[in-house]
Amino acid sequence: MPTENPLPAAPEPVSERLLTPAMVEEIRAFFPRYPNRLAVTLPALHVVNEHLRYVPLQAVVEVAELLELHPSQVQDTLSFYGLFKQDAPGGEVRAWVCRSISCALRGGEELLDHLCEKAQIHPGETTADGKLTLEYAECLGACEYAPCMLANQTLHKSVSKEQADAFLKSL
Amino acid sequence: MPPFEPVLLANVGQEGSHTLRFYEQTGGYQSLRRVLKEQSPVQFTDIVKNSNLRGRGGAGFPTGLKWTFLPKDHPGPIYFCLNADESEPGTFNNRILMEDDPHQVIEGLILSCYATRATTAYIYLRFEYPLAYQRLQLAINECYEAGHLGKNIHGSEFSLDIYLHRGAAAYICGEETGLIESLEGKRAWPRIKPPFPAVEGLFRKPTVVNNVETAACVKQIADRGVEWFKSIGVPADPNNPRDAGSYGPKLYCLSGHIERPGCYEAPLGITVNQLIDEYGGGMWKGRKPKAAIPGGISMGLLKADEFHCPLDFNGPGKFGCLGLGTAAVVVMDETVSMIDTLHNSCRFFAHESCGQCTPCREGTNWALKMMNRIKAGKGRLKDLDLLLEIGDNIGIMPGTTICGLADGAAWPIKNAIRKWRGEFEEFIKRTNPQGYQEESAVPALELIGIH
Repeated sequence: MPTENPLPAAPEPVSERLLTPAMVEEIRAFFPRYPNRLAVTLPALHVVNEHLRYVPLQAVVEVAELLELHPSQVQDTLSFYGLFKQDAPGGEVRAWVCRSISCALRGGEELLDHLCEKAQIHPGETTADGKLTLEYAECLGACEYAPCMLANQTLHKSVSKEQADAFLKSL
Repeated sequence: MPPFEPVLLANVGQEGSHTLRFYEQTGGYQSLRRVLKEQSPVQFTDIVKNSNLRGRGGAGFPTGLKWTFLPKDHPGPIYFCLNADESEPGTFNNRILMEDDPHQVIEGLILSCYATRATTAYIYLRFEYPLAYQRLQLAINECYEAGHLGKNIHGSEFSLDIYLHRGAAAYICGEETGLIESLEGKRAWPRIKPPFPAVEGLFRKPTVVNNVETAACVKQIADRGVEWFKSIGVPADPNNPRDAGSYGPKLYCLSGHIERPGCYEAPLGITVNQLIDEYGGGMWKGRKPKAAIPGGISMGLLKADEFHCPLDFNGPGKFGCLGLGTAAVVVMDETVSMIDTLHNSCRFFAHESCGQCTPCREGTNWALKMMNRIKAGKGRLKDLDLLLEIGDNIGIMPGTTICGLADGAAWPIKNAIRKWRGEFEEFIKRTNPQGYQEESAVPALELIGIH
């Protein structure tokens, strides 16, 4: 998990702030839940990720300011988790296809291959039109519906090739 | 039909079962009101202790005993973490409870907090469960409105806040100290113990970490009592003073090559065969079974002629497996290659090793490289010995790592190669007829994509 993302290039100096006042408010709402600001790191990264579909270094710096941390602390935590992209925003739909054992037994890997082939991208990539990011996932915890796929907030259950094609069409 | 009447799953699948209204109509939160009024935290802890409830998250540690490890008369705060980072491949029982009966989980959590005098609880929920996130948040909000949470709950001295905290897709956050580190906003690197969380856990305060299903069991014990709980399951072995028994109902997750995959509630101790035939509707397409994972991928593998294995806390260990784990049973039919199965397992652990301990970080990745090579038709017989050497040397049991992830990575390797060695040897000889006996170092190992 930790070495997922290659080290991103140094950011261009940004004059405008990436975190909007609304995002800052959303993050601040987490402060009373924890005895210190460090613990707000993951909630804050989730807020940024939900709005921007990635967490560029500039956002890391701004989150660190807000949490009264050094940017390296936030980056250290962020880089451990596989969820946060840093180089470019993910697609409008980010779809995770499960490849763990229960899904693999029911065609999960073939489903991911099929989707990648149709969308003409590799796992981890985003389509040129920015509509879809495809990724493999380790167990999505929906093994009774193998093979399954989580697309943003929606769990797609027992996905056949036809359903996969329909999903791609619906984007 | 199975004779056992579900308790934990009684509400699951019914229209509106996730709402407070539905839950209260089925008697929900009556036990909370009664316990707050009639029992002290110590009394309620004793009830859970006497029930011999063992944690449902995987390790099976007695829950009540864990609670008593908290320091007495601590000025506080004491924290409670509900481990909802369910990520063990094959496991989805917590998801079902949180999606379809979140109030059962929350009532159990409130009772557990009362017993442990915790005033703040965090539910650490894995990111991949968006519906559970919505439903839990809704349920928590309903609880505040109804006075089940907040200050002086139902007029008692007891106050509690519950917060939902989402993870970010890392298996290791299910390890209790990894969870604590992650909650604190850091990399989820498990801690060296001692100190145990009960003494110094979250934010360096005494902390209890329990699984979602464990909380649901606590609520059922509050409703139905110790005698009821101990009337179900497998009694403690009288010849083993350290055996706490395997009491109570358990949620078994059945998946893989099964006619009706799903989450089924049964008394602890039913066999793999019973689970497949009486609950799962038999093997998929009537095929013959070949292997099964008894309790999540970390627990190793059972052969088809070992399916009489009872699924209690001691059962799988008698068949060379690590234990009951999460009781997630993944069944494979005769068409499955054990090379593919082990490759899948090695890939999972190489991906999910947190990288803190060298034996695990390197061991899981080298195991995957070897499995990649074997699968690509370049395996050598010696690879099997090397894989076993890794399997025998990484983990808490050989004493080389901080947490049990590596033991979980090792077990499938050990079981697969020791139980199906013939299949591995035959595959290697057939796919690499020229080089299978080679023993020299592999020249310039090509960089095969790991992840």
